[in-house]
Amino acid sequence: MLLNILPQVLVDGLTLGFMYAVVALGYTMVYGILEFINFAHGEIFMVGAFVGTEVLLITDALGALEGMNPFVALFMTLVIAMVLTGGLGVLIERVAYRPLRGAPRLVPLISAIGVSFLLQDLVRFTEALARNEFYLNTPTLFTSPISLGGIATIPAKGLVVIVLAIVMMVALTLFVNKTKWGIAMRAVAQDRNTASLMTINVDKVIMLTFLIGSSLGGATGVLFAQNYGTIDPYIGFILGLKAFTAAVLGGIGNLRGAMVGGVLLGLLESLSGAYMGPLTNGAFGAEYKDVFAFSILILVLLFKPEGLFGEAVKEKV
Amino acid sequence: MANMKWKSFNGIPLVVTLIWIAVFAASLHFMDKSVIAFLGILSSIVLVYYTNASKAIKMVIGAAVLLIVIPLVAGDNRYYMEVASQVGIYVAMALGLNIVVGFAGLLDLGYVAFFAAGAYAYAIFSTSQANEFIAGNLFPLNGEWFWPFLIVGLIVAAVFGVLLGLPVLRVKGDYLAIVTLGFGEIIRIIFNNLDKPINITNGPQGITPIPSPELFGLKMGTPFYFYFIVLFVIAFIVLANIRFEHSRLGRAWIAVREDELAAQSMGISLLNTKLAAFATGASFAGVVGVIFAAKQTFIDPTSFTLMESIGILVMVILGGSGSIPGVVLGAAFVTILQVQLLKEFSNFLHSLQQSGIINLPNQLDPSKFQRLVFGIMLILVALYRPNGLIPAKRKKNDLDAIKASKFGQAKLGILSKISQISSGKQS
Repeated sequence: MLLNILPQVLVDGLTLGFMYAVVALGYTMVYGILEFINFAHGEIFMVGAFVGTEVLLITDALGALEGMNPFVALFMTLVIAMVLTGGLGVLIERVAYRPLRGAPRLVPLISAIGVSFLLQDLVRFTEALARNEFYLNTPTLFTSPISLGGIATIPAKGLVVIVLAIVMMVALTLFVNKTKWGIAMRAVAQDRNTASLMTINVDKVIMLTFLIGSSLGGATGVLFAQNYGTIDPYIGFILGLKAFTAAVLGGIGNLRGAMVGGVLLGLLESLSGAYMGPLTNGAFGAEYKDVFAFSILILVLLFKPEGLFGEAVKEKV
Repeated sequence: MANMKWKSFNGIPLVVTLIWIAVFAASLHFMDKSVIAFLGILSSIVLVYYTNASKAIKMVIGAAVLLIVIPLVAGDNRYYMEVASQVGIYVAMALGLNIVVGFAGLLDLGYVAFFAAGAYAYAIFSTSQANEFIAGNLFPLNGEWFWPFLIVGLIVAAVFGVLLGLPVLRVKGDYLAIVTLGFGEIIRIIFNNLDKPINITNGPQGITPIPSPELFGLKMGTPFYFYFIVLFVIAFIVLANIRFEHSRLGRAWIAVREDELAAQSMGISLLNTKLAAFATGASFAGVVGVIFAAKQTFIDPTSFTLMESIGILVMVILGGSGSIPGVVLGAAFVTILQVQLLKEFSNFLHSLQQSGIINLPNQLDPSKFQRLVFGIMLILVALYRPNGLIPAKRKKNDLDAIKASKFGQAKLGILSKISQISSGKQS
């Protein structure tokens, strides 16, 4: 009986895991370059979800969504959400992080926590003004389930999430490895001062990092809203935290690590949510799945602080 | 220029402070629910701090305001005493967090877990809740047990601090912030779900009725008594803060905060030092938790969310982390802002709405602006005053004064010779 649900659990875990993976990329890119946890990244993801939902709701209200090809609608939503969240990320970097670049390490973190709270309330505020409530239901674009040989049904939206997440990850990998800007990014991550001596405009590279990371986060927000249907201004916090866990699990600063870590964490969480209850005779049920995720974070930091793919860094005086 | 001016400023004249206190005390006495008068009397503490007088006189005036003036003019007003004791609870918590964040430089985002530990310790054993898992029908305990439980809460929270600290404190910097945040959430989830398999915390329903403290048969359930209990605890915590700050351990904390590697190479054990900071801060939160539980008479996991941790952190950072007067000011300011100013403001907007001047959707109620206000405050403080409103004073050793003192030779050791040589060269 336990094995019957396994394929379904795995599919759910993969969907969740790929979302973690893309959000984790945002954390890991910023950390790789600035050595700073962009606490507000989860909120950028949340803003993406709201922008996407608003775009769909407005198109629907205009009557244009009915006849539209779902892929066209999704593409349009993604582009708008990515542009806006990318801009938002750059703006946040400019206003709240750049002035603090030389400050002690805790100061930018405090500023980032501030940004995160500010964004939560601003979104709640705007939605409450515009729609008189801040829990939104997203119009679903893909409804038909796809049957996988009778062992599991995978909702089309889940498949869309996985495919798009893979596309984004491949595109990012190509960008970072093959283009001039990608090489500049890696150079800045390795050594900011030397990179600036090599005529790399460090400020621009950092801006670009925030632009790409944030727009990926925003796009994931759209996918999240598609997959789960309801959103609220507080979804970003816990998801951001778990995506960060995924980044640490894979080795922070390492793109491949973030992807693997995200998928792994999603699978673990889904499995623990489904099986912890039956295995402990109901003593510890699915309500402990967040505890599980955080315990993994703590265990990784204790026993392999550099993560699965990271390199151990020797501290120098 | 501004700096020059500040240096020539050496305090508010004593007379001004005394008049200020007298005026606001009188207005508080004659007006029933004047927020301004109440704020005036509370802010007189800040004034006293900046008064141009000797330390002893300042202490006497400050103590007189807190112990005599406020209870005398506002003691029979339940509302004022409620606000004052709430301010006191947060001041005490912020002073505890100050040890962790301010002195030792460990950014702890799960601080409220220790507060919860203390609160639950008292709540579980002072109500019949403990009968669920301890046989013999020994509970509930009566209010006399409140006093020993202040110590129990302290010990429970300190043990929690050590247990959490042992794994957590191996990571550092911003990792520590995330891990403590995760731990805080874990504790909350556990408290929220520990009504099965054994019912320990009664889960989301919470625990009630928690008895008020009793002393020789006197029931101390009103805010008036809590005001004094809280003051007593704050005095204890401030004293502990001051004593720690200049102790060997306190100096080790500051060394670890400034540079872990350098501190380690000077023979400071990183893990022990950090654990001590964690446990000390936690134990204060535990004591405050016991008072909180007794004051509220009802607790459930929603009182111990991440928002609370962030709120206390805002108090410490805003006031000036590591600075005891700063933290007191920050905690008082943020608490009053939350429990009083925002509420007053939204009452004011509601009255406007009722008279039909503006139309305010329910969601925009200013009393729900907590996150917005905290967020803006954190960003502004980080950008413009990273050291807080009253920055911590750096203790500087005045070499000349030490040389001139009787024990100069003994204190300076070999240094005294070097400084003699160098001063000889100059002359």
